[in-house]
Amino acid sequence: MQSTINMWPLLGVAVIVLGFLLRLHPVLVVVAACFTTGFAAFIPVEALLASLGIAFVKTRNLPMIYLLPLAAIGLLERFGLREHAQTAVARMRSATAGRLLIVYLAVRELSAAMGLTSLGGHPNMVRPVVAPMAEGAAQHRNPELSDDQRQRVRAMAAATDNIGLFFGEDIFVAFGAIVLMQTVLRAEGIEVDPLQMALWGIPTAVSAFIIHAWRLHRLDRYLVPAGGGSA
Amino acid sequence: MIIRVEYFYYLLGILLALVALMSFGDRTNPRRWTTGLFWALYAMVYLVGERLPPAMVGLAMIGMALLAGFGGVKSGKPDVLPDDARRASAARLGHRLFVPALVIPAVTMAGSTLLKDVRIGELFVLDQKHLTLVSLGCAAVVAVGVACWMTRSTPLQAGRESRRLIDAMSWMIVLPHMLAVLGLLFSEAGVGKAVAQVTTTYIGLDSKLVAVAVYCVGMALFTIVMGNGFAAFPVMAGGVGVPVLVAKFGGNPAVMAAIGMFSAYCGTLMTPMAANFNIIPTALLDLTDRNAVIKAQVPTALPLLGANIILLYFLL
Repeated sequence: MQSTINMWPLLGVAVIVLGFLLRLHPVLVVVAACFTTGFAAFIPVEALLASLGIAFVKTRNLPMIYLLPLAAIGLLERFGLREHAQTAVARMRSATAGRLLIVYLAVRELSAAMGLTSLGGHPNMVRPVVAPMAEGAAQHRNPELSDDQRQRVRAMAAATDNIGLFFGEDIFVAFGAIVLMQTVLRAEGIEVDPLQMALWGIPTAVSAFIIHAWRLHRLDRYLVPAGGGSA
Repeated sequence: MIIRVEYFYYLLGILLALVALMSFGDRTNPRRWTTGLFWALYAMVYLVGERLPPAMVGLAMIGMALLAGFGGVKSGKPDVLPDDARRASAARLGHRLFVPALVIPAVTMAGSTLLKDVRIGELFVLDQKHLTLVSLGCAAVVAVGVACWMTRSTPLQAGRESRRLIDAMSWMIVLPHMLAVLGLLFSEAGVGKAVAQVTTTYIGLDSKLVAVAVYCVGMALFTIVMGNGFAAFPVMAGGVGVPVLVAKFGGNPAVMAAIGMFSAYCGTLMTPMAANFNIIPTALLDLTDRNAVIKAQVPTALPLLGANIILLYFLL
């Protein structure tokens, strides 16, 4: 069995890892990895180009998720959506960046668990609403918010969206991952009830919430003015 | 189907062609010809991609990569309203500004749940194979309509605003797309099998704790390399999960599968390969560090991976 597997395509993985570590231009790294992998698997140039072309057309749906909402969001931003999100949150006295993101984490995870995965997302929720609100709350607490702190809040807003989505959607029975797991196990001759898999995902989903909420709680302490203020 | 996913490919193609035209004519952009060419090539992929010979699309993809990689894609000076004008309109429109933004998730959800099985005559209203995507597309169109009506703007202005955001995100927009291509090529070339071979041949799996840890960490590592948990799952479940955790240690396959997939997701949080989750937001949020989102996620992902190993060990 060992001799039937060609190990050379692993070179493509090496190219990717090296390219990202050396911080070369990611797009060039990806194309270099494509060629390395193709040659290592003995695919001729013309067939490789065709493979790339077919794959590029086949995966066209991927960028649509973040490109289609841009028109509406861009227009709203022109008319002050982000400014309004910031002033609206400044009126909530008890709001802090951390608390706000904990609420968002809970909403995102629970709604994803009910299959409502489109309720969040980076272009249509995080950029126009969640990040400006978190930033506004942080700014309100600490008017001298440094640029590093500001960037940290935004990065945490994006991270919170991802974590809520990932660990929520997998406990929704009809989600693609559950279907995939069922198909893979069936191919191995094991029949598993999708509901069982969804249920056994709950302990991890709860752990994810606890760990990340605790980190968001600590975020507030990082955001207070240097040298003063109680968390 | 009445509303097909192809319509949204064409819509996006038209938008990208518009971006290309605007770039060609933008004298504030120091690289307006190469930038315009980049977006024109991408527009072509959406407008006529499936009708071109595949090798030509492959060449176009490489052309785009070279244009982007050697600094040919830049943005012009965006035309935005002055700060006070924006604040004044924010005060005037108030909470109404949130309405179109919320229309997007609301219509997407309505489309993918309520309109799911609706037919007119023989035809389904929405493309059944791409239900969420088509719902999102409809939602985006409705939201543009509402936003235009509310702010008294034209759809062309919405087009200009898309260009502003697309310009700001620049070549990063195509990174997830190209990584997905690489992922497909990886599976075609048998990278998955090779990785499974390495992990299962060189690590002893005699103790249950070691086996559980190899399975979970392997899922995460594999996902870090491939950028996608769905690519890691079949390999690790087939290589370690079924033969070792279920067959040898008599574990519950449902637990093995569920926690395994979540371990893969821990990997997704830590890899630039999952660019649509980890790199695109840095462009959308104007972060200077391209790895800022990953750095924000690693301290959650690692303890969670540890928690998964413990949970799997005791629940299996």
